[in-house]
Amino acid sequence: MIDRLYQTLLSEGLLVGFAITGMVMWGSYWISAKLTKGRIHGSAIAVCVGLLMAWLGGALTGGKNGIADIPSLAGIGLLGGAMFRDFAIVATAYGATFQDLRRSGKAVIVALSVGLVLPFICGASVAFAFGYRDAVSVTTIGCGPVTYIVGAVTGAALGAKSEVIALSIAAGLVKSIAVMIATPMIAKRIGLNNPHTAMVYGGLMGTHSGVGAGLAATDPRLVPYGLMVSTFYTGFGCLLGPSLFYLILQHLLAF
Amino acid sequence: MIIYGVALLSICYLVGNFAGELLGYLLHEDKNVGGVGFSMLLLMFLTERMRKLGHFNSVSAGGVQFWAAMYIPIVVAMAAQQNVMGAIKGGWIAFFAGLLAFIASFMAVPVINRIGLKKHLETSTWNPVPEEDRQ
Repeated sequence: MIDRLYQTLLSEGLLVGFAITGMVMWGSYWISAKLTKGRIHGSAIAVCVGLLMAWLGGALTGGKNGIADIPSLAGIGLLGGAMFRDFAIVATAYGATFQDLRRSGKAVIVALSVGLVLPFICGASVAFAFGYRDAVSVTTIGCGPVTYIVGAVTGAALGAKSEVIALSIAAGLVKSIAVMIATPMIAKRIGLNNPHTAMVYGGLMGTHSGVGAGLAATDPRLVPYGLMVSTFYTGFGCLLGPSLFYLILQHLLAF
Repeated sequence: MIIYGVALLSICYLVGNFAGELLGYLLHEDKNVGGVGFSMLLLMFLTERMRKLGHFNSVSAGGVQFWAAMYIPIVVAMAAQQNVMGAIKGGWIAFFAGLLAFIASFMAVPVINRIGLKKHLETSTWNPVPEEDRQ
């Protein structure tokens, strides 16, 4: 009996994902309305519940994919995987206007450049402060806070040690989680309520998951603007990390 | 028909991702550069055009809007498969590096936001109040 149920959960993974995610959303919106009187947005709570589930999955299985490492819940991984995620992101662009995009071009370019350099300086400084002195390790750890993909790609390209790459990825995850949780809370203070600011925000924060989840919980209409910019962030980061960033650090650390 | 919207969305996704792969190839890296961004621009362009020509009605739009509305649940599912344990295990270096980067970028938002903001707010028809908070 139980065995049959388990088999069903395994073979109908995606539908399990829909069901569980739906229940999480329902519970989160209920908590938002009843316990916080709408002060904390339901989707912000849902993202936190998701992260808690990810922690639980990691603690139980020791794997890297959060709750999706539990076989009967692997469908959540399919639903939240790259294909569905990108497909839904593209769909959010429906209704966004070119007019709003075009006017912010200059600010977006500045935001992207600063957004790539700042986290690298922060990450590299922390690595230096903790005693790392070789250019490969410092560059790899510095690229982690850009996004964890940039950290992993840079580390692999430069041939960094695996524990350094793991650190770099962890730093990227910390930033991504911080953006997810903090965005809805700080949105008002930085005037994050219009397409222009959303694009600047997407360029500065860059992390796709963080910006997307954060903006969705702030105002879903802002999602396409933020993500339109941050979609270029990781690509350019992977380009700059193993090349320009590494060369600059190599010179600086040679002294 | 609803499938028209879903099909258009899929076509934009595929073409945009191919463009991203091409750009990545031209920049000599293995990664897709801006594929999702190109897909979004293409979708905005095509739907605007087709609507003007009368080839994209509200039923077709439903096929796109369904997936747009699924974005938040998908983000929740995505959050549930993050390597949170990995972030915790990274220890203090990862914690400081990630948090410092977040704070620095966050503080840069109001500064860079000023570029062109006034012009944007003067000319945009955007309503700053989220739809679900409107009375």
